[in-house]
Amino acid sequence: MTARRHQHGQGRTGLLMVAPGGVLLVVFFFVPVALGFALSFTDARLISPKPLEFVGTDNFARLLDDPVFWTSLRNTLLFAAVIVPAQSGFALLLALLVNVKMRGTNLFRTLYFVPVVTSIVVVSILWRFMYQPDGLVNSMLHWATGNVVRIDWLNDTSTALPAIMFMSAWQAVGFHMVIWLAGLQTIPGELYEAAEIDGAGRWHMFRYITWPGLRNTRTFILVTITIAALSLFTQIHVMTGGGPLDATSTVVFQAVRVGYQQQQTAYASAISLVFFLLVLTVSLIQRWLTRERSA
Amino acid sequence: MGISTKRTLRWGLVAAVVAATAACGSENAGGSSDDGLTLWTHNAGNPQELAVVEQIANDWNAAHPDKKVTVRAFPQAAYNEAVVSAATAKKLPCILDTDAPTVPNWAYAGYLAPLEIPDDQLAKQLPSTVGRYQGKTYSVGYYEAALGLFARKSALTAAGARIPTLAQPWTAAEFDQVLQKVEAGGKYPITFDLGTGDTGTEWWTYGYSPFLQSFGGDLIDRGTYKSASGVLNGDKALAWATWMRGLVKKGYSPQKSSADAFADFVNGKSAMVWSGIWNSGSLSKVDDGIVLPPPDFGSGAKVGGGSWQWAVSSSCPDKATAMEYLRTSLTAKNMAAFAEKQNVIPASEEAAAMVPGWQPGGEKRFFLDESKELAMVRPPTPGYPYLTTTFAKATQDIVAGGDPKQILDRAVADIDRDLKSNDYYGF
Amino acid sequence: MRRRSSTRLRVAVLVARLLCAALFAFPLLFMFVSSLKADTDIFKDVGSVRAFLPVGDISLDNYAGVFDTVPAARFLLNSLGISLVTVALGILVNSMAAFALSRLSWRGSRLALSVVIATLVVPFETFALPLVWWVDKLPWLTMHGLRLTWSTGWLDTYRVQVLPFVANAFSIYLFYSYFQSIPRQLDEAARVDGAGWFRIYRTVVMPLSGPAIATVAILTFLPAWNSYLWPLMVVQTEELRPVMVGASYFFQLKVHWGEIMAYSTLITLPVLALFLAFQRAFVNSIASTGVKG
Repeated sequence: MTARRHQHGQGRTGLLMVAPGGVLLVVFFFVPVALGFALSFTDARLISPKPLEFVGTDNFARLLDDPVFWTSLRNTLLFAAVIVPAQSGFALLLALLVNVKMRGTNLFRTLYFVPVVTSIVVVSILWRFMYQPDGLVNSMLHWATGNVVRIDWLNDTSTALPAIMFMSAWQAVGFHMVIWLAGLQTIPGELYEAAEIDGAGRWHMFRYITWPGLRNTRTFILVTITIAALSLFTQIHVMTGGGPLDATSTVVFQAVRVGYQQQQTAYASAISLVFFLLVLTVSLIQRWLTRERSA
Repeated sequence: MGISTKRTLRWGLVAAVVAATAACGSENAGGSSDDGLTLWTHNAGNPQELAVVEQIANDWNAAHPDKKVTVRAFPQAAYNEAVVSAATAKKLPCILDTDAPTVPNWAYAGYLAPLEIPDDQLAKQLPSTVGRYQGKTYSVGYYEAALGLFARKSALTAAGARIPTLAQPWTAAEFDQVLQKVEAGGKYPITFDLGTGDTGTEWWTYGYSPFLQSFGGDLIDRGTYKSASGVLNGDKALAWATWMRGLVKKGYSPQKSSADAFADFVNGKSAMVWSGIWNSGSLSKVDDGIVLPPPDFGSGAKVGGGSWQWAVSSSCPDKATAMEYLRTSLTAKNMAAFAEKQNVIPASEEAAAMVPGWQPGGEKRFFLDESKELAMVRPPTPGYPYLTTTFAKATQDIVAGGDPKQILDRAVADIDRDLKSNDYYGF
Repeated sequence: MRRRSSTRLRVAVLVARLLCAALFAFPLLFMFVSSLKADTDIFKDVGSVRAFLPVGDISLDNYAGVFDTVPAARFLLNSLGISLVTVALGILVNSMAAFALSRLSWRGSRLALSVVIATLVVPFETFALPLVWWVDKLPWLTMHGLRLTWSTGWLDTYRVQVLPFVANAFSIYLFYSYFQSIPRQLDEAARVDGAGWFRIYRTVVMPLSGPAIATVAILTFLPAWNSYLWPLMVVQTEELRPVMVGASYFFQLKVHWGEIMAYSTLITLPVLALFLAFQRAFVNSIASTGVKG
């Protein structure tokens, strides 16, 4: 009987504790998003004296024929496929680097976080200069390889997206480093001590203590980096405006451009709905692949 | 910080925010505040221009203490978003300034009321400072802006080029010669900086559609406003596209200029730069800097027209007062104040007479004459937002080396589809 | 990781750290140095290493210009207040929700978690406008003198900049992930002692979650601090504007690059300082939780 009372207690308490967050999410997220998605079945415009008309799936049909959408989709997926392993891997390396018990940990951690807090305006000005044919990036490559390098990074359709990838990773890696660090702190120190006593090497410890201990963090980072990568927008907006020739256009960028600048609210909602379904599918697959197998 | 201290801090903050939000309440940002009218302007961050706007409001308030006008300033970078949000919530101010090309769009949406200003008063102003749509006047400006081809005189004389005037601008062939010779001189990394570093939209249309119009094309057929076919993708438009890409291909202009092309010009990186009057203040930093009209590519030299103008919202509860405000403040004295404090063209001859440098023969006079003769306003159609984003993107793609015919055909198809799906915006 | 590290390892780690520091921190240097230069000088120096050196005609003119152009102090205060309150409320609300999702079993809790994660998928820009329209329909209690009255419309307030962002799927998920690693035996022990779930949340789980709290604090402070589109759309009175909207003041037809750099320096340094302070809490909370498990 005690067990059942606890069951009821759990249910009630559970709902109570979830309530504030739940109510806020419903009011400030689900309602407007539902409104937004509903608009994708109409011909809504940002500014128009004409009343709303229901048009069914016209917007989605138009989407299928839109070459800019398909290019944006391809760019977005490509970007995510590269960024997810690269950025999460590098963030982990930084976290490990910073976690070593040496003086100056706080300082270095703060310095690695600088790109995350620096305004995107400043970052974009700086990187635009660095990516110029006579800019710092080419100078560094020249110094490193000995060959004169004159790649026009942001103006060449084949190098523009990789250039944005590198800059994005550079900017966001500090953010994920912080999350990895939190995960590393959950691993009990005695495990390492015991392993050391047993004579285990560093790689051994990483593989059998650190890596498994980071499992929850790993899943979290995988899911959130993927979503963030698929939602790439601000860097494109300030650096390239989607160009050259749509080489850096992403789905969210196109949705914002269509919705705000071109005032086609309904079409933008359609793009957003498709995007939502796409990312949801990817996230669900990821979660299923990384689900906790009951020991 | 211990855990309990952190937690107390947290609870304290929670209590504070609950108290603060309950006490502060919300300020009503409606069309009129408790006693008077609200006025929105786009120049937060531009203290000189804002000071003039506030001065005009103060003068009015002193004369009409029972019908005060309150000024609210917004940053220009996203002024339109702020206005559209307010319109969505039906909370527009009584008086607001707008960028000229958006006026038809807002008038069509019912945001703006037709202005009640006598025609003879409007006739005194530069025609491009009056915003007309469907035969009615919806906006009027105190000043105007214009484009200009800034150059270093020494670079031109070294290339043996004549200095063009408004009466006799360069022809297309002449301009090409100039470019060739300056480039051959090898003194400047950039021969003619188009200014393609802007990642926004409006500069591309404002800055580069005049070239299109000079070639004989246009953004939309201004006879019917029902199609862009033939004007945006005809032979003349293709000639324009080829010329623009040619500038990049031949190495005269960078495909993507730096974030500030005029700063590069001042620093000696370029011999010529395509920019506007807003940078003319910095021209003095260049020893022999001059400003020239653009070349005539066949249909006359053209520059853009229409800058920020003032309108009255249709939801204003006291339109009569708002109209009176605009009527009485459109004086030569106020227009002169704007031109004095910053680099803009005074909107009437009367005002020009009051500001040093703007009289005929004065050092700044060029822009006023240029605007009078060459200015072509951007197409006054409610479909302008779609038009400008499509054109800007097409231009960016052309400059980046895409196939001009394909790009322009696609742009025309998109524009025509948008026009059709909106019932041609009432035309 | 407590290990006896050889000197060679320590040197290698130090070198790696310094290299990474240079890689990540140089924009700060660029920003600060540029804030001391005139606009055209910034562009002149940018192609070379001079971009990072305070050479040429340097002065504090840009900083003076910033304060003339923008009520920077007011904006800073607004952003600080809004961000801190969002963080504080967020920690409370989101950790409770995560606790319910991870520790308590009730019908629909697994579905709820998936739904919560699904909300991460929708970028804010895509539903910002419907939210503006909707937010203006919401009611609120205000004080007029001593009476409480209902009013509608949240535009042009502080609360509209805070409340929509308090419940946050990212934070909930982060707390959830972290709570999963706290052993349930601790709950059992407390329950045997007669503690209710709220008590367990407050006295057992949360005190052990220092790193998670600090992480959530940092990672939700940032988007709140950087918010630009939303306040632009819903705040019309200058006194209520946050710091990033202030940045757009400098983008007139003629852009004032030096002042942008000065302004950015002024707003980046407090955030870094806060980050440094939060880190201390981070480290201390780990020390105070001691050994787990």
